Amino acid sequence: MRQTRAVEFGTGLFVFMGIVALFFLTTRVTNFDSYEGEKGYTLMARFDNVGSLKERSPVSMSGVTIGRVTSVEFDGSELEAVVHMRINSVYDQIPDDSDASILTQGILGGQYIGLEAGGSPDAFTDNDEIQFTQSALVLEQLISKYLFSKAEDSDEE
Amino acid sequence: MAEESTTDKSGRGQGSRDENIAIIRELDYSRGHRKIFDGLNLDVPRGRVTAIMGPSGTGKTTLLRLITGQILPNHGSILIEGRDVCRMGRNELYDTRKRIGMLFQNGALLTDISVYENVAFPLREHTRLPERLIRHIVLTKLHAVGLRGAAELMPAELSGGMARRVALARAIAMDPDLILYDEPFVGLDPISMGVIVRLIRRMNDALGLTSVVVTHDVEEVSSIADRTYLLSDGKVVASGSPEDLQENCSAVVMQFMNGMADGPVPFHYPAPDYSEQLLRRGQE
Amino acid sequence: MRRVLVDVAYAVQEWLETFGASQIFLMRILAGCPRALLRPGLIVRQVYASGVLSLAIIGISGLFVGMVLALQGYNSLERFGATESLGVVAALALVRELGPVVTALLFAGRAGTALASEIGLMRATDQLSGMEMMAVDPIKRVVVPRFLGGIISMPLLAAIFSAMGILGAWLVGVVLLGVDEGSFWSSMRDQVDYKDDVLSGVLKSFVFGIAASLLAVFEGYNSIPTAEGVSRATTRTVVLTALSVLILNFMLTAVLIGEV
Repeated sequence: MRQTRAVEFGTGLFVFMGIVALFFLTTRVTNFDSYEGEKGYTLMARFDNVGSLKERSPVSMSGVTIGRVTSVEFDGSELEAVVHMRINSVYDQIPDDSDASILTQGILGGQYIGLEAGGSPDAFTDNDEIQFTQSALVLEQLISKYLFSKAEDSDEE
Repeated sequence: MAEESTTDKSGRGQGSRDENIAIIRELDYSRGHRKIFDGLNLDVPRGRVTAIMGPSGTGKTTLLRLITGQILPNHGSILIEGRDVCRMGRNELYDTRKRIGMLFQNGALLTDISVYENVAFPLREHTRLPERLIRHIVLTKLHAVGLRGAAELMPAELSGGMARRVALARAIAMDPDLILYDEPFVGLDPISMGVIVRLIRRMNDALGLTSVVVTHDVEEVSSIADRTYLLSDGKVVASGSPEDLQENCSAVVMQFMNGMADGPVPFHYPAPDYSEQLLRRGQE
Repeated sequence: MRRVLVDVAYAVQEWLETFGASQIFLMRILAGCPRALLRPGLIVRQVYASGVLSLAIIGISGLFVGMVLALQGYNSLERFGATESLGVVAALALVRELGPVVTALLFAGRAGTALASEIGLMRATDQLSGMEMMAVDPIKRVVVPRFLGGIISMPLLAAIFSAMGILGAWLVGVVLLGVDEGSFWSSMRDQVDYKDDVLSGVLKSFVFGIAASLLAVFEGYNSIPTAEGVSRATTRTVVLTALSVLILNFMLTAVLIGEV
């Protein structure tokens, strides 16, 4: 009987350790807390170009992550990208004329949505649309723009 | 539920009062191209000790596997209590097996549990008896084979003879009607051998069992068998009481009973001519 | 040339036969699962045998794999001046790939061989036939609990491996090499996704658990009942498990990433 109890104790300990390890992986290693979608509200924004923005990309304000992108779709009739994002309900005082732009983290990092506060007295509520948006900057377009302006400059001279 | 069906079928089941508990008719079985049994007929009388003897390689163990439905014959029937083993569904086969105890050559004890748990194993698997009752049964069975004191040992700590006695206790744990012994005397010292011989006879008489002993030990089995079958070339070549067989004059029986090296059962395995093979080898 | 083709055809045929036999065996196991769940004691014993007894090798291997990942990662990331991403690199590598795969390979070596040889020896010593004679189905009594024990153990072992690995990476990265502790953890939490990374890792190790346990019990149960047969079954278990885990890993990764 003693042996059986040792087996049971060992197995219990093992399963417990396994669950602790899984718990550690989900809470300490991942962005698990951002999944708490219950307490939050959804905003929508339209962009001409979202670059490499993906589901679960962060939404941040003044560099602090306040939410996550929940979907990136293409609207076939308007020919625009439609982005839905979930904002943590703690941040419920964001002026409804704030503008959203797609920015890049670091030089090689992923893209995220940056919100810039506006001056309106009213705050965003659930399912509002962000009116003022700025698309992602595409490297090729930037370069060609720069080259063209150089060319024009030299033409004028 | 399981014990219920056991007692029910053994006690009042149809045709269970036949004189023979097992009847084998026209049994053919071959492995690969080799014919092991060719029209075998054999009866096992109820309440007796039946010995099945034969030289090594005549398929004695195979016969036991056939009787218990572990393998299927090519042709023929094996009736146990009037029901054909070869035509049974899985559940019926398992129900039949619950009433048959089998002792394997090496005991086949489960090596990861103690002697006590080994004997309790069929009870725990098939019944929902309270622990107190299981303990009672296990100790009774172990006492019957004289190993009550070894209950807490592991199978690895037992000698060959002890392991076989434990296996015997396990085989009778479910109170079977028929018990099959596969070479119970192989590799035992004279004392253990004597113990096993006596146990087989005593179990048979005290518990009202029917025993089938498969062996090639002529002397030991002669002292306890009521009826003896001698197999050779897939057939029964002689049958009767051990005394009858001793007096039988046919060449095979003489060779087997007296242990002669050469005879109808040849000393040499079939081979091409000796001198020819040697010469050819030289030429190559 | 013709001979080669015939040989190949035979090999393919044989492989298909074995594969089919293993799938039929799996069906028989699955059919026995519901009843086995009624006797958790048997499964607990097998979780102990395949999980608890593999704990030491898994934990220590995980720690050292994590440590070496941190060393290598630091060395490479330093060239880009991105050592603060060390946590991400180590965690992603461990959770997505190394945890499930290395655990499955170690499991094959530690628990798979034990399972195969145990069942093979039970066959060789007539214990399985003995059970059948006692009207006990050895698949339900012997094989199913071991199979389930393996399936339960594998994801837990993989999680422990990954956790120990991250601990090892932290030890080398933060404690020894002086990567900033805050950025180590926060960059990790920022980049590692719960669903895409951790759950897909768990899913992988679950699939590997099925494959490794099935192969071990299949090879053991169908081994030739001699000393040589059992040793061959054990070897085949390790080889086949390693191969199928690596192949399955590629297929699963392709499906999960969805970019092939």
